[in-house]
Amino acid sequence: MNWAEFFKYLALMAGVTYLIRVLPYIFMRKEVNNRFFKSFLAYIPYTVLAAMTFPAILSATGSIYSAIAGLLVGVAVAFFEKGLLVVALSSCVAVLLTELIQKFVF
Amino acid sequence: MSSFKKGLTDGLPIGLGYLAVSFSFGILAVAGGLNVWQATLISMTNLTSAGQFAGLTIMVSGGGIAEMIVSQFIINLRYSLMSISLSQHIDLSMKIPQKLFFGEFHTDEIFAVSMGRPEKLGRKYFLGVIIAPYVGWSLGTFLGAVCGEILPSMITSALGVALYGMFIAIVVPVMKHSWKMSIVVAIAVIMSVCFTYVPGINQITSGFAVIICAVSASLFGAIVFPLKEEKKEQT
Repeated sequence: MNWAEFFKYLALMAGVTYLIRVLPYIFMRKEVNNRFFKSFLAYIPYTVLAAMTFPAILSATGSIYSAIAGLLVGVAVAFFEKGLLVVALSSCVAVLLTELIQKFVF
Repeated sequence: MSSFKKGLTDGLPIGLGYLAVSFSFGILAVAGGLNVWQATLISMTNLTSAGQFAGLTIMVSGGGIAEMIVSQFIINLRYSLMSISLSQHIDLSMKIPQKLFFGEFHTDEIFAVSMGRPEKLGRKYFLGVIIAPYVGWSLGTFLGAVCGEILPSMITSALGVALYGMFIAIVVPVMKHSWKMSIVVAIAVIMSVCFTYVPGINQITSGFAVIICAVSASLFGAIVFPLKEEKKEQT
């Protein structure tokens, strides 16, 4: 990506993120206790991550089969709460194995 | 132990975790068409995971200015609540200049360890606690980006799934423990599938689509299933 284009995006990203962190830090004096707003913000990280992950993960690897393998293995390992790294690596291994099988067996 | 050292000790495990997560961000950034320095600069100036990933998607798809601003605002809005809580947990050594500086480093994990400290915290603690996470996040991105450029595509395609794997690792356990969260997340996913495959609405750019899915599902959740106590957030 050319640098001019890149810096335009970077300034927006970093600028908005910085202001969100710093403005309330300096100016807000009271805790927010609104139950509706707090619930909304509690749901947001998970809905964002879920919407970003599915179905985008299906086209993130070399083939849809390896993507499905990575997804299923990831969900299964995450269900048993094995931690971030173990889940991520299991997904990677599932993708890699599936792609190797596709390449050398079929 | 001095408060600087306390901070350093608290930050170390966070930094190690960040190293791994940002490694896969570096891989994805390079796969999307950024160079090593651009990938690293994003991490050095943003220090977010979901926010950066959404931003990267908008960048490489040539998304608009409004799309970038709205997505960053919504995805990172939770940091404002953390900043408000932290502002009541700091001592008098934290004046406006210190707040302007240290505010940049409020991440979910740094927030969690700082709030876990019983005493009020000052600039020495914060200086200590941000070092390892910041270095880990930046260095991990750099290393991932370099590997993304030199490793064969089959390996990078497998490693590229790691970030999604971590997202799965964050979302699935919470769903397992909360049926409310399961329903709300399911709504977001079903909408996301529609925005990808249903003709017409799949013309909406991915950045906006994610925001529409997340905001609608979360609004539904906040109205129909408001949560009783503070939920611990992690991203």
